[in-house]
Amino acid sequence: MANDLFNSFMTGPDENGRFGDFGGRFVSETLMPLILELEAQYEHAKTDQSFWDEMNFLWTHYVGRPSPLYHAERLSEHLGGAKVYMKRDELNHTGAHKINNVLGQIILARRMGKTRIIAETGAGQHGVATATVCAKFGLKCVVYMGAHDVERQAPNVFRMRLLGAEVVPVTSGRGTLKDAMNDALRDWVTNVHDTFYCIGTVAGPHPYPAMVRDFQAIIGKETKEQMMAAEGRLPDTIIAAIGGGSNAMGLFYPFLDDKDVSIIGVEAGGKGVNAKMEHCASLTGGRPGVLHGNRTYLLQDDDGQILEGFSISAGLDYPGIGPEHSWLHEIGRAKYVAITDAEALEAFKLCCEMEGIIPALEPSHALAHVMKIAPELPKDHIICMNMCGRGDKDIFTVAKALGVEMNLGA
Amino acid sequence: MTRIDAKFADLASRGQKAFVTYVMAGDPDYDTSLEIVRGLPAAGVDVIELGVPFTDPMADGATIQLAGQRALEGGMTLQRTLDLARAFRESDDTTPIVLMGYYNPIYSRGVDRFLQDAKAAGIDGLIVVDLPPEEDAELCIPAQKAGLNFIRLATPTTDDKRLPKVLQNTSGFVYYVSITGITGAANAVATDVGPEVARIKSQTDLPIIVGFGIKTPEGAADIARVADGAVVGSAIVEKIAKGQSPADVLSFVKSLADGAHSA
Repeated sequence: MANDLFNSFMTGPDENGRFGDFGGRFVSETLMPLILELEAQYEHAKTDQSFWDEMNFLWTHYVGRPSPLYHAERLSEHLGGAKVYMKRDELNHTGAHKINNVLGQIILARRMGKTRIIAETGAGQHGVATATVCAKFGLKCVVYMGAHDVERQAPNVFRMRLLGAEVVPVTSGRGTLKDAMNDALRDWVTNVHDTFYCIGTVAGPHPYPAMVRDFQAIIGKETKEQMMAAEGRLPDTIIAAIGGGSNAMGLFYPFLDDKDVSIIGVEAGGKGVNAKMEHCASLTGGRPGVLHGNRTYLLQDDDGQILEGFSISAGLDYPGIGPEHSWLHEIGRAKYVAITDAEALEAFKLCCEMEGIIPALEPSHALAHVMKIAPELPKDHIICMNMCGRGDKDIFTVAKALGVEMNLGA
Repeated sequence: MTRIDAKFADLASRGQKAFVTYVMAGDPDYDTSLEIVRGLPAAGVDVIELGVPFTDPMADGATIQLAGQRALEGGMTLQRTLDLARAFRESDDTTPIVLMGYYNPIYSRGVDRFLQDAKAAGIDGLIVVDLPPEEDAELCIPAQKAGLNFIRLATPTTDDKRLPKVLQNTSGFVYYVSITGITGAANAVATDVGPEVARIKSQTDLPIIVGFGIKTPEGAADIARVADGAVVGSAIVEKIAKGQSPADVLSFVKSLADGAHSA
């Protein structure tokens, strides 16, 4: 029975914030009272109808939910096998799934009386979503972003500043997403009284992985309903890209107990999952460790020092992964694969040409895996991939990778 | 009884406050670092906190993070940190050494193996910043069983309701973090710290040592006056960062120790 609690994959985390051995609350004492308070507030909000009424109203009227479920007909035909659907979360306000979660956290922050919001961002999508919702509610917003990402995601930096956020380029460490998260945590520990840390992915100390998942689960819930309406049944395979893993967890979670649905997470393989670690595939090429408040699979050396990930996609460029993914990987409920930069670029181009959709580089990874498996599958096999972001932010990166020069001044 | 317990018993019998220093193992390189650590007791240091370099020191400011990067670039590891402690122990069997750092290098090595090796290297206690009482089963309880002190941080956000939980499995001493913030940032203020120390003392007999934001001999004296001792880290590490010789670093340490001991 799907809803048999003893066989359910949907009951995690436990009271200690663990999914199996993963997750937990590995933070300094200064932050511990804060995350306990957040947990209490979230537990309360979860069952508070007025909280969800507010969420649903804003999801509908501000974000534009439900996002469509779209049958990618030409692409399906081109691939010659499975029937490919896309969950169009790139059509959300701000252009990605990130805002689903940000709305939830900001409503919570307002209920907790916090007036200052901080966030970390990689590709800039979470930063833009946070800056957007802060602007809407008149909250002060500070976004930490690795100096390298500030450079390669310049349009999003400008967007955040237009929205009134302060963008802090992070130069500590190597100036990447993980360093931005370190600096956000340092800010939080310094400004505990008025500040709320809005984490963008299903990682960090408990309750963040569960809370962010619950806010993103709207993706999977809608997909289920829309697929039932379109096909009268659930998909055979669902696929999503994974950096920290929030869009994937959002799509996967409502399907975890539908045992006939196969679940595939796609990590960023960079230049290839090799000994030189030029990738961000934590599950494929890492091992369990503790970073940023949780135990999960991490890219690390023999001494437990954290390694830098490498990916053409700034949104996947993180050496860890949400703890629930680590658990799903270990128990085998979801399968995780890696896609290289080159494969993602091919998928990016094909999606533009075949479907008139410019995808972000993150879901291009998921699409690349669809391209790999769809041709071998029968025509009645339904695949649904999460088109979690649009590619406007990536056109400069893609142009560079394709050797095209864009002269913006002309 | 660990070397830490013995040291505090001795200090108490002489009515003296403790002076505790933090340096990063392997900063700027193994040999210089060992030379500095070896000189600390003679400079008046009662307890040595030896930093274990980590790539992502979330509770530390830029000074300590850069020290860790220098050490890592010089090939420092947890193993080399234990080697350094063992080398120090060859000539000093009384000054307590507390390893201070983050959990992942320890977890990566394996807790049991780490505890065995740390004990053998002459380590007396551990401060692991990202292990709150909620995660005691990970390292705190195994460490106490292995005969190492597990020193907990108490902070301004640790309220009276939570304090018993923080103190429960703490041994050696309690490290009170003087500010909400990171190492090397804001200044510790004795008038804020005093009542907090008293609040913690009402719930434990352990010595209360105060750290974060103490940078000068006067600051060390002010804080030591309202607690059982003071910790200085970033201010010393900054001297090392500037390339000062071990002798100059140690003479600065001595001025701090004199400050703390004057209290």
